[in-house]
Amino acid sequence: MAEITLTAMAHSYHKNPQGPEDYAIRQLDHVWEKGGAYALLGPSGCGKSTMLNIISGLLAPSEGQVLFDGKPVNHLSPRERNIAQVFQFPVVYDSMTVFDNLAFPLRNSGVPKARIRERVVEIAQVLELEPLLKRKARNLSADEKQKVSMGRGLVREDVSAILFDEPLTVIDPQLKWRLRRKLKQIHEQFDITMIYVTHDQLEASTFADRIAVMYEGRIVQFGTPTELFENPNHTFVGFFIGSPGMNLLPVTRYEGGVQCGEVRFPLPPGLLARLDGSDNLKLGIRPEFLQVVAPGPDASPATVEDVEDLGTYQIVTVRLADQAIKVRLPEDQAVTQGQILHLHFPEQWVKVYRDEYLVEDSP
Amino acid sequence: MRKIPDNRAWWLVLPVLLLVAFSALVPLMTVVNYSVQDIFGPGNAYYVGTEWFGDVLRDERLQASLLRQFGFSGAVLAIEIPLGIGIALMMPRQGMRASLCLILLAIPLLIPWNVVGTIWQIFARGDIGLFGWGLNQLGFNYNYTGDPVDAWLTVLLMDVWHWTPLVALLCYSGLRAIPEAFYQAAEIDRASRWAVFRYIQLPRLKNVLVIAVLLRFMDSFMIYTEPFVLTGGGPGSSTTFLSQTLTTMAVGQFDLGRAAAFSLVYFLIVLLVSWLFFTAITHMDKERQE
Repeated sequence: MAEITLTAMAHSYHKNPQGPEDYAIRQLDHVWEKGGAYALLGPSGCGKSTMLNIISGLLAPSEGQVLFDGKPVNHLSPRERNIAQVFQFPVVYDSMTVFDNLAFPLRNSGVPKARIRERVVEIAQVLELEPLLKRKARNLSADEKQKVSMGRGLVREDVSAILFDEPLTVIDPQLKWRLRRKLKQIHEQFDITMIYVTHDQLEASTFADRIAVMYEGRIVQFGTPTELFENPNHTFVGFFIGSPGMNLLPVTRYEGGVQCGEVRFPLPPGLLARLDGSDNLKLGIRPEFLQVVAPGPDASPATVEDVEDLGTYQIVTVRLADQAIKVRLPEDQAVTQGQILHLHFPEQWVKVYRDEYLVEDSP
Repeated sequence: MRKIPDNRAWWLVLPVLLLVAFSALVPLMTVVNYSVQDIFGPGNAYYVGTEWFGDVLRDERLQASLLRQFGFSGAVLAIEIPLGIGIALMMPRQGMRASLCLILLAIPLLIPWNVVGTIWQIFARGDIGLFGWGLNQLGFNYNYTGDPVDAWLTVLLMDVWHWTPLVALLCYSGLRAIPEAFYQAAEIDRASRWAVFRYIQLPRLKNVLVIAVLLRFMDSFMIYTEPFVLTGGGPGSSTTFLSQTLTTMAVGQFDLGRAAAFSLVYFLIVLLVSWLFFTAITHMDKERQE
């Protein structure tokens, strides 16, 4: 087990990167603490797999350093880093049996025979692979193969960390949920540093204690699922986490706050001062936090454009100051198209973004 | 649905049937026909039953030739298959250097067989050939026209030079078809170079190796032109392989009955050994699985 530190690390697949857009990972510093369960969340192409391959050593970063427990490992191979990684698509050694597949990493590390047997059976039990141990790996179904692939990652006891690169993509939803729980249990049981790459926020929040959200080669926020939900640090986090994502309204300044069309949002002077010098200002509020109230000074009238009934709640799209805004309402509240709703924006849930990053009032 | 009997469809098979008949069946049956007769001239032939076959199987010259042939094919496979795999493993994966290697490897394959024989005949000569002269200068007493061992080694070397590239190219294409993910997984699983070869590369080379082994066996077992040009089968009959013996019998001595019987035995041996190889390799995995 190891603490993994990235210092001034950046990676480009180009030989001579010209600008920031040539970088798959832009320069960043980050620490993955010992024994943590982390998720690396982001859309396709944001650099999360690149990050994983750099940590495991399959890829050498073009700039900066990777440290394991403070020791630079940039030029060490995955073998020397003693790291386990599970890939998105199953890789099994198809001429071997399931047992031999699971035993393979242990045999390569010179683990005694008796211990190999114990360990393989243990992991096979966890992954429900026991009845298949004697089968040839080539005859397995796709999700069985992926379980074998995962088993090879989990079977070693002394690893620095286990990295998962969207390991559940090919697995059907029922089993997916069970396996995610299993991974969580394995983490609690063995206390190994685990980093789990995914583009699925639900998967990230069920697995991880803390989530790093990646966007365009940067980690835009690193926090608990609650932090990401309640206090998104970047408009992308607001938009990407939650379903539907945060409402983001382009706003302009007025002397006491910001406004979107005719709707005004007064802001504390401390915060307002920090908005100087930029005209890319946005106001964000989650659909869950918008309130429908009686007409009054604190409420803005908006026209209902669309109602989506999702069974346990409904998502209502309203038009306010020429912006489409989504509101999440309880199932029993009767709403019809064309109706006027009076929306209240609770002050604590209104977030202000300057150049896409969150601006907070200085304490 | 009820089947409607319409046998006119058989006509569609006719072209293929004709093609196979003229390309394989008729020539083969002609040989079978010869093998059971003693022919003195046109219209002057006698049915002799299996006499030729018994005769051929007892012939010591043929037995020696057959033994020599098995020795040669065995040596060819034992050298060319591992060497071909080795070369394929060492070749660069992509870029200019990979293309260059492919071209260099392909050159021997493009040279006509009798030219290969001529090249080596000159190359191995002790007086003017670079190879033969070089060996003699190094203190080896090398003379492929006089020494049976030298002749054997030269024929073998020539075949290795000529045909190992084929095995290497086949293996190279097999290796390129292995997805990068397997190497990454092996790296993560701390597999040694040998383990990568044994558990990832070799199993995935199996199919191309079946082809390589079969092709090299059949070709080497029927080798004729190159040793004929290089050594003419000598010194003595030390490099006289089966097809040369057969040619001498059929064309030189015009012993058609014996040659025909011998051809059939020859054909059956090639068929049998190829089948053995094929079955052995393709069933290797299945047996272990039971």
